This record gives sequence, C-alpha cells and structure tokens, in this order.
Amino acid sequence: MAMLSFEKKYRVRGGTLIGGDLFDFWVGPFYVGFFGVTTIFFSLLGTLMIFYGAALGPTWNPWRISIAPPDLHYGLAFAPLMEGGLWQVITICAIGAFVSWALREVEICRKLGIGYHVPFAFGVAIFAYVSLVVIRPLLMGAWGFGFPYGIISHLDWVSNTGYQYLHFHYNPAHMLAVSFFFTTVLALSLHGSLVLSALNPGSGEVVKTSEHENTFFRDAIGYSIGTLGIHRLGLFLALSAGFWSAVCIIISGPFWTRGWPEWWGWWLNLPIWK
Amino acid sequence: MKKEFRLSIGLLSTVVLALLGVAFILSFERPPVDTVQRGYRGLGMVQVFNPRTEAKVAAANQVPAPEDKVDPAGQASSAAYQNVQVLKNVDSAEFLRLMTAVTSWVAPDQGCTYCHSADNLASDALYTKVVARRMFQMVEHINTTWKTHVGPAGVTCYTCHRGNPVPSYVWFNDPGPNHAGGFAQDYAGKNEVSVAAGLSSLPSDPFTPFLEQSNPIRVEATQALPGTDMSSIKQTDWTYALMFHFSSALGVNCTYCHNSRQFASWEQSTPQRITAWYGIRMVRDLNNSFMNPLKATFPHTRLGTLGDVAKINCQTCHQGVFKPLYGVSMLKDYPELGSDTAAP
Repeated sequence: MAMLSFEKKYRVRGGTLIGGDLFDFWVGPFYVGFFGVTTIFFSLLGTLMIFYGAALGPTWNPWRISIAPPDLHYGLAFAPLMEGGLWQVITICAIGAFVSWALREVEICRKLGIGYHVPFAFGVAIFAYVSLVVIRPLLMGAWGFGFPYGIISHLDWVSNTGYQYLHFHYNPAHMLAVSFFFTTVLALSLHGSLVLSALNPGSGEVVKTSEHENTFFRDAIGYSIGTLGIHRLGLFLALSAGFWSAVCIIISGPFWTRGWPEWWGWWLNLPIWK
Repeated sequence: MKKEFRLSIGLLSTVVLALLGVAFILSFERPPVDTVQRGYRGLGMVQVFNPRTEAKVAAANQVPAPEDKVDPAGQASSAAYQNVQVLKNVDSAEFLRLMTAVTSWVAPDQGCTYCHSADNLASDALYTKVVARRMFQMVEHINTTWKTHVGPAGVTCYTCHRGNPVPSYVWFNDPGPNHAGGFAQDYAGKNEVSVAAGLSSLPSDPFTPFLEQSNPIRVEATQALPGTDMSSIKQTDWTYALMFHFSSALGVNCTYCHNSRQFASWEQSTPQRITAWYGIRMVRDLNNSFMNPLKATFPHTRLGTLGDVAKINCQTCHQGVFKPLYGVSMLKDYPELGSDTAAP
C-alpha cells in the first residue's frame, strides 16, 4: 500500500510498553508492535475456536451458531471443552485480543505524543464486555452467567436475564445508560448536521467557519459549547452510556435479586409522602 | 466568622451526602446469591435468590407437627355428633383429631368457640361455622378435582390460614384511587403504585379480570408481523401485572415458567407453566364457586370496599414459595381431607 508523503514523519521508533524494538515496525499502513502480534494471536485462536465449536454444533446457519457457557454447577472451575470449556477459552482469547488492541493503541499514542483518549474510550467498551463475562459471573459464583456467543442466542440470554428481574426498565442504572445512549445520538446528530451545514456548502458558496457554527447555536439556544467542547461532551456521553450499561448488569443479581420495580420502594417510602 | 460559617456548611453537607450515600447503598442487596439453572446453559433461564431473605421465607413456611394418631372409635362422626354435614363418614375419633388440628390451624387463640356456639356445639348460629363447613367442602374439592394443580401433596386449611382466622393474603375488588372524569379520565391506571404488581405502575387490580372473571390472558402475537394479536398496550399491562403477582407469590422470576424469547410457546416453556395454567382455572373456580356465594353469610365487616367477599390468589396458598410449604404434604396426615366426605 502506498504511503502518503508526510506519513513517514510520524513513523517514529520507541514508545513501546514492552519488548523494546521487538516488532516495532509497520506492515503496509499498519503498526505491528508486540501487542499487534498478541492481538493477531488471540483473535485468530478465538475465531478458530468458534469455528471448531460451530463444526461440532448442530448448524452452520450463521444466525443460529452458538457457543454456550458452562452449566452453573461448574461454578468458577474449568468445564470440559464441549460443555462450556470452549466458551471459557474463547472468552480468554476475546479479552486477550481486546486488551492487546487497547495496549497497541497506547503505544501508538506514545509514539505520537498524543493523549490516551482513544485507548481509554476503548477501555470502557472492554470494561462493559468484561462486566458481562467476568465481573458478574465472579460475583454470582459461576462462569455460566456469561452470555452465549451466538447472534440469536445472545439475544435470548439478554431477554431471559432481563426477565429474571421482572421489568428491566425499572433498573436505575439501565435508565441512566439508555438516557446516555439517546443523548449520545442526539449530540452526534446535532454535531454532524452542524458541521455539514458549515463545511459542505452548496455550489458557488464558500465554506463557513466555526464562528458560523457557534452563532447558529447561540441564536438557537443561547449557548454554543464550541468546537473542542462538543467532542468532550460526545466522549463523556458515549462513555457514560457504556459505563452505566456495565453497572446495570453488574447490579442485576449480585446486588438485587428481585423485580427491579421493587427496588424503588425506598422512593415510595420517603417520609415526605409516605 | 464567614470562613467558619463556610466550613461548617461544607462539613454539614459532607455528612449529609455521606449519609445519603450509605442509605443508597443499603437500598441494594449483596453477594453471595443462590441460583438455580432451569434451562440449557447460557439461555439465562435462572432463578436468583438472596439466601438471607430466603432463610426468613423458609422459616415462615414450615409445616406444624401433626396431631398424635388416635385409635378409631368404630363409629362414624355423623352417628356420634349432631348436624354433621361434611366429614360424615369419618371415624368420630379421627373427626375429633381433625377438629383439634383445625383449631390450631385457623383459630389457635380463639379456640373452639370461634366457630362453635359454647351452648350447643352442633348449632349453626355463628357465621364462622357455616363458612368453615363450606371451606371443608372447598378443601375436599381442591384435593379431588384439582390434582392437576395441587398434585398428590394436596392442601389443608393450614396451606392458607397459617394460624389466622382470615388468611393473611386475600384480595378484594379494587376500583383504584379516585381520579378525574371527562377529558382528564384517560390516565389508564398509569403513575399509580401497584402493590399487586411489585410496586410498578402496572394496573393495581389484575385479579378481578383474570382470577374472578375469565378475560383472556394471552396478549402475544404468534408471528413477527402484525395480524395475529389485536391486544392493546393496556391489555398487555393487565397481563404483565398478573404475571408480576405470580412471580412475587411464588418467589420466582418470569423464567420459572417461560422462555422469554417466546412467552406463548408451550414447547419452550417449563412444565411448571402447565401447573400454573391449571392453577389459574382452579383459583377462578374457587372464587366463583366457593368464595363469592358466601357473600350473604359474611358480616359486613368482613367484606371489601365494594361489598365483595375476600378472594383467593396465588399468594393465598404459596406465600412466597414456589410450592406451598415447600411441597411438604400435610394431607397425608389428614387423608380425610382428600376425599369426598359429604356422602354418608
């Protein structure tokens, strides 16, 4: 692949977290690094394990292939490969691949001397996944509480796990997560439309500046968060959505065993109106 | 002065916030939790219990020791006593043993005279005796015709009464709180706390339409596209409220009976859903055949706000347990309650 003339300038050695110069090179446009190698190792192994499980399973229908976690009675022990052990190996591979990718992003940040915002953001996504397949199973006492790896089967898990708490929309952290997801979409659509309105003018028009953008929102709602601020807000909203999603499932079971509406008893029992 | 004031305000708000934080944390439960897997691994059909709460439920649902066995007197109760209309063919010694047990189950503090006139035990002067007779018939009816729901374990008076003259968990028709009429009346039962439905804002009385009347409970389409089910959101809410009641009454969650990927499918449901299906019909039968006809017998103080009789729902027997008294049969110690004893 061709390299743009200025790209070479950014391809600096060093900044690695581990291994020194080992793997400190590029293949085409891609930085490799030690964690690039581990990413490839874990993702390849994990994917092959999924194919292995699918080959032993009853279907090749991609919608229905499912690698299920162990039965609950295995607790936090290893299960036989065909009875959930495969799920355990794939989970290790998935976490290995995700964390490797995040650390590779850290190394690239260090090479460029930029902040760690991107790996941090990705770290929140990893946290959400780890909440589901490690943190909550540990708190509940069995790996079997993880979700199965299948397009339809994981949705069945989500549905049933929600109905274990009768009405999941009453889960306070779920409320926050959903609100943040919607707000993220709102902010992104406002930002995207505003940028296009200024930077993608009609034929014969000139490109407008950020002052036009600021003025639009000052006229409309009396305040513009600004060009840097909108990205801070977007990051905050998006990470909050992921963070509260993780919280909402961690508290379901380990910290609340009944229907979620019942949790709101404290609100109904406030002395003001009880 | 100003600085000290600011300091004290800061300190005070820190303490208040800390207290609120502790109160917030205390509103939750904590690990470890007990779980029971009830479906294929990874399907998420799991019962989740708090062992601390469950210990209290278990302690409250223990079976009392049976009365000592007695030698038969060789005479039927109908021959030994006057005005015996139920339990007629029961041996009179067994009859007395059962009366002793029933007293401890239903009126342990009030004793025999809760139902019987002290002057004449055979008299029907007290309404409680008339009700008790009907309740004997109901217990026999349940144990003989509703085995589909109660199974071989059966029921006794204790299943519901638990030492109380009126069972702790009964229900009356509930018209709901007063609200505006006219254009403002379309509040559809929303934004009210439904105790019957686990403190959600679902309808507050899911019992009248389903456990007294026989309105259809199923509100789910059988295909992905519209056309197979015309239920409104409100009808769906009624069903959801009833299901909340099932859950709290049995101390289980939705996945005890249903695979929520397709609630309607019997193939994907657990066998307990069949037991529950019979249970719904049983409760309807009991409320309409036994409870409602007693309306004229009960004094006004025993009736609800709409003048209706106290009625049965799942909680009346189950009392927070998936099988009443954890499935321990008391009927085996009092087999006369398991047959039709009205016949001579």
